[in-house]
Amino acid sequence: MKDDKHAAIPRTIPVQSATFTQAVNAEIRRAAATGIYDIRGGGAKRRVPHFEDLLFLGASISRYPLEGYRERCETKVTLGTRYAKKPITLDIPVTIAGMSFGALSGPAKEALGRGASMAGTSTTTGDGGMTEEERGHSKTLVYQYLPSRYGMNPDDLRRCDAIEVVVGQGAKPGGGGMLLGQKISDRVAEMRNLPKGIDQRSACRHPDWTGPDDLEIKILELREITAWEKPIYVKIGGARPYFDTTLAVKAGADVVVLDGMQGGTAATQDVFIEHVGQPILACIREAVRALEDMGLHREVQLIVSGGIRNGADTAKALALGADAVAIGTAALIALGDNDPRFEAEYQALGTTAGAYDDWHEGRDPAGITTQDPELMARFDPIEGGRRLNNYLKVMTLEAQTIARACGKNHLHNLEPEDLCALTMEAAAMARIPLAGTSWYPGKPGSGY
Amino acid sequence: MQTINLEAEGLRSMNAVLQAQAKDTNQTSWEIENPKGSHAIAVGLDAPIDVTVKGSTGYYCAGMNKQATIHIKGSAGPGVAENMMSGTVIVDGDASQYAGATGRGGLLVIKGNASSRCGISMKGIDIVVHGNIGHMSAFMAQSGNLVVCGDAGDALGDSIYEARLFVRGSVKSLGADCVEKEMRPEHIQILRDLLDKAGCDAKPEEFRRYGSARQLYTFKIDNAGSY
Repeated sequence: MKDDKHAAIPRTIPVQSATFTQAVNAEIRRAAATGIYDIRGGGAKRRVPHFEDLLFLGASISRYPLEGYRERCETKVTLGTRYAKKPITLDIPVTIAGMSFGALSGPAKEALGRGASMAGTSTTTGDGGMTEEERGHSKTLVYQYLPSRYGMNPDDLRRCDAIEVVVGQGAKPGGGGMLLGQKISDRVAEMRNLPKGIDQRSACRHPDWTGPDDLEIKILELREITAWEKPIYVKIGGARPYFDTTLAVKAGADVVVLDGMQGGTAATQDVFIEHVGQPILACIREAVRALEDMGLHREVQLIVSGGIRNGADTAKALALGADAVAIGTAALIALGDNDPRFEAEYQALGTTAGAYDDWHEGRDPAGITTQDPELMARFDPIEGGRRLNNYLKVMTLEAQTIARACGKNHLHNLEPEDLCALTMEAAAMARIPLAGTSWYPGKPGSGY
Repeated sequence: MQTINLEAEGLRSMNAVLQAQAKDTNQTSWEIENPKGSHAIAVGLDAPIDVTVKGSTGYYCAGMNKQATIHIKGSAGPGVAENMMSGTVIVDGDASQYAGATGRGGLLVIKGNASSRCGISMKGIDIVVHGNIGHMSAFMAQSGNLVVCGDAGDALGDSIYEARLFVRGSVKSLGADCVEKEMRPEHIQILRDLLDKAGCDAKPEEFRRYGSARQLYTFKIDNAGSY
């Protein structure tokens, strides 16, 4: 009788906390068990205002569209026109972001070179120096000049096509990095001049300059060593884009590369990735404002990265004032990273396709973010290059489709006026009117 | 002897001439007049030539040098011989911060004192300082030898990897994971050779050796306070 009465009382449904979610609780338990913070690869996974919060308006009576399959829509971009004797011209405004040999396998770097070259764009080295796979297969190669200076030498400086001085990156502005010992093969160790199998730290600051005045002299040195031929990029994380862009340009940059918090890393603390830096949407207009204030918008080119996924994202970034975009995570996915065909192996690693981010552990079933010979052998650089080329072509076609619909015969003719925002946050960050209005938060004279 | 008046010729012209020298050039002796603290003097050279800079230099003199012997008849600004690959750089006076930073090979001789961060992130270069060095020297030093005939400042060899540090005088403090190590006969020989090349008459037996305790090579939470 007692049990029957109890059963008759309506019960509350168990409610999970919106603050202490299952993921949060799992991390607390993991931290309590290990005493070590979580390290992972990739960029911010949290939802932040992004390009899907913007829409293109398209043409109608007030705007005249171009015929989608008949009229030309140019995609070329020239980078380094400010000081470099040999600026580089790319067929498409989508470049491959810096990713290190060490974090990636040699065949993966080769595939990036193959795919980018077929598509008429550039690849970028990373923290670990230049490999023959990458130089040999990249028609246009940007050489990163990083705080660690792993693998740095003047011969590679001279045989690259542009130099990118890395001050910061979106996943961890203000942070260094670490390549864990599992990925330090004989070859990686030799290139980095360190013992095999130990964790390799990458400094957060350059060893021989400390501020923008020094950076100006460092850029002078790099130009002198390379006879003023190479475009000099300066890469910054999305921290204070107005001031950082201003300082980079005043230091002599030909190109500013701006990376938002969605931009990936090979390995960093999760807390850093998720809690430091700004979304790329919040950074672009500030960087463009800095360039405009100096009268150098388009003379100093702006490349933006961090969560670029398709031609629409590309077109929106260009409409906001960028000259080109860079992709990293998306390129790896195009190569085969996080592919569901490896689901059983992802499950064995305690994860699932799409969520795998322990790139630093070197056990990537796709054979891309690893130095394990057996896993690397799974990856075909020729097929990977073909897939990347296909993907880059699709991105370009998509961006062209949108540009033509807006009546633009060059992707660079896209402009903020072509856009509207779906959310107040996106409207404020991108300074684009909220859909259905002519207003955005912070608009001069609006009173808000 | 070929002479270049930097003030009259300009930096680009001077570096272009020096960088254009072939490995078998017979114009092996060069003199730079009126450096007046200019930056990026004689950078990126790649030939077995002798370059004498008649005065003090600014930032990055002899940066990324290969093969050349560059003699600075004065003091050097920050980053002298940074990322040197091979060759020899001699500074008659003092050197500012980051001397020999990330150097991969060759010999850097500083006859005066060197400021902070001397040999930072060195990757194979040999550095001999006749005088003292400042704080945070040999930070994250990967390989090569740093010889200090005088005293060393705070945090010597912080986060050091496999570089060898030899100090004749006092060390104000050692950085994380840097410890004093036994001076074995092979180290005495290495030191004797370096002192000889650097024109220093100090006795190798007067030096103490420092290097990595190798406790921070793999991240361990128990060492968090040391990182």
